[in-house]
Amino acid sequence: MSFRYAEEKKVSSEKFTRAEVEDFLYYEAQLLDAWKLEEWRDLFEEDGHYIVPSTDNPDGDLAMDLALIDDDHEGLRGRVQRLMSTYAHIENPRSRTRRIISNVRLWDHDNGELGVRCSVVVYRSRVPGTTSYVADVHYRLRKQGDSFGIAFKHAMLDHHTLRDVGGVLSIIL
Amino acid sequence: MAGFAPESSVTPEIQRIAPRETQYLRDERTPNRFLVHRKVFTDQQIFEAERRKIFDKCWIYVGHESEIPKPGDFVAREVAGRPVLFTRNKDHELRVLLNSCSHRGAEVCRERRGNQKRFRCFYHSWAFSNDGDLINMPDEGGFPEGFRKEDHGLAKPEQVDSYRGFVFATFNPEQEPLEDYLADAKYYLDLTADQAPDGKGMSVTPGTHEYSMRSNWKLLAENSSDGYHAIPVHKTYLDVQRSRGDDIAGSTEKDWKDSHAFDLGNGHTVTVKQAPWGRPVARWTPSMGEDTKETVERSYQRLVEGHGEERAEMIANLDFNMLIFPNLVLNNIMAVIIRTFYPNQPGHMNVTAFSLAPGDEDEASRRVRNESFLSFLGPAGLATPDDNEALESCQRGYEARPGEGWSDVSRGMDKAHPANWDELQMRTFWRRWDTLMGEEA
Ligand code: FES
Ligand SMILES: [Fe+2]
Repeated sequence: MSFRYAEEKKVSSEKFTRAEVEDFLYYEAQLLDAWKLEEWRDLFEEDGHYIVPSTDNPDGDLAMDLALIDDDHEGLRGRVQRLMSTYAHIENPRSRTRRIISNVRLWDHDNGELGVRCSVVVYRSRVPGTTSYVADVHYRLRKQGDSFGIAFKHAMLDHHTLRDVGGVLSIIL
Repeated sequence: MAGFAPESSVTPEIQRIAPRETQYLRDERTPNRFLVHRKVFTDQQIFEAERRKIFDKCWIYVGHESEIPKPGDFVAREVAGRPVLFTRNKDHELRVLLNSCSHRGAEVCRERRGNQKRFRCFYHSWAFSNDGDLINMPDEGGFPEGFRKEDHGLAKPEQVDSYRGFVFATFNPEQEPLEDYLADAKYYLDLTADQAPDGKGMSVTPGTHEYSMRSNWKLLAENSSDGYHAIPVHKTYLDVQRSRGDDIAGSTEKDWKDSHAFDLGNGHTVTVKQAPWGRPVARWTPSMGEDTKETVERSYQRLVEGHGEERAEMIANLDFNMLIFPNLVLNNIMAVIIRTFYPNQPGHMNVTAFSLAPGDEDEASRRVRNESFLSFLGPAGLATPDDNEALESCQRGYEARPGEGWSDVSRGMDKAHPANWDELQMRTFWRRWDTLMGEEA
């Protein structure tokens, strides 16, 4: 599954403006920060995927290798069901999170999908402590009405291990 | 299914084991009680003694042979607190070398994995073979007369050996041979290795889970086969599986069938059962999706062809959680996880976990396996993060009143046939730990 953009100095979309894509990314971030996870889940297309590769294998084989998160629609449904429950003990009380999104680049795929790459910092605070995750996030988006549907979200953590960033990854990036 | 019960299970625990009372343990009879002093989770001196008496003495897991299939392949990792290079020399022999230069100590390899014939230290450029021998260095003539390169190889463990692909090392010259040390755990290593009935054997999947917990390492040794916590801690996982069509009652006794806990010797333990989840090898359940049914059935057929009906049934259907003392967990549950952990403080450990799969697994089967693994396991799974939280919560409790209090580990102590939701497996770990800690270093 190819989702990388060409390593060109200048990439942009002929069909979409950066502003409308940013509007969408900020909306997604707002849903996640507000823990409106069911609405977030519904941003995904029926065949959508959400993937976080293992920290030692960021460019691994998506079909064969072990990731940290590898959710299809059914996987997303389960993850959100769990995180909405008060029995998700590590998220009870829930983390406070705040996402900062920057360095947004876009390009058109041949199949009509929009490629997006951005840098994301997520501050995550729990009672025992605060940490932050930094990620290189790629999307493939499809136009849906006046907004987008997520066909693919791939969040590559910029950490060698999870050991100094809270130990685990119990939130959505 | 039969044959999985070790000799030790014939005699009930309280008849088989003599009572003891030490500074760490109360293992008492009439009435039966089992208590662990909580200072073992917080005390700095106990932690330092563990390094010498446990981690420098036992056989410690290094890695799986499949991680370094070719001569020159290497992985750099920490084993028993030491940075090592797990590698293979030109004759295909396994080598474990300390990744610290014999000259003045710098790392001789800075990559995490790769393939190299030589390891060249970046500090003064001494170069070592993947047997650990010093090959050359700049300005060799500048060293005094009598300096011999053969005296300056990389340090190594006293012994390195492997069993069915699982590689261990020990820093103890007097440690018994690996096969003796593993005792009855070998039976379960065989059951795991036999999941690959033909072809390339079992293989570690690329993608390592490297995470940490702010808790004492022994809490994870306990937790990894603690059947009593599964329902309360992993309710969200079980609810999700139920909502996908699996038959889950939400009661320990109903959901975990034919459950037993065994003492495998030398502190190793296992709990066995038939759990309510599906297994890529090879027990299909509705939560895996209708479209995967054929893939899982094909996997079962392969087992039957390779091993015959009876053993295939055992490999496919026997869930088990095994601890190989002191810090290797091999859980054969909704997937096969190899998990190892090492403390760097009394209240902190690093955890490393791998998925083990048949080496010639096709893409469809791997998809089933990875989804099954991640539905529960890993630092972003639907279950493991809550184990972290439980253990960290316990640790916060101990640190709030250091040196005080005892933990109760007595469940099922007077049963002739304890189950996985009893605590024989933990008592077995603790007795071994206490014995080694009571010995002179
Ligand atoms: S420390 Fe390695 S060559 Fe000097
Ligand atoms: Fe657990």
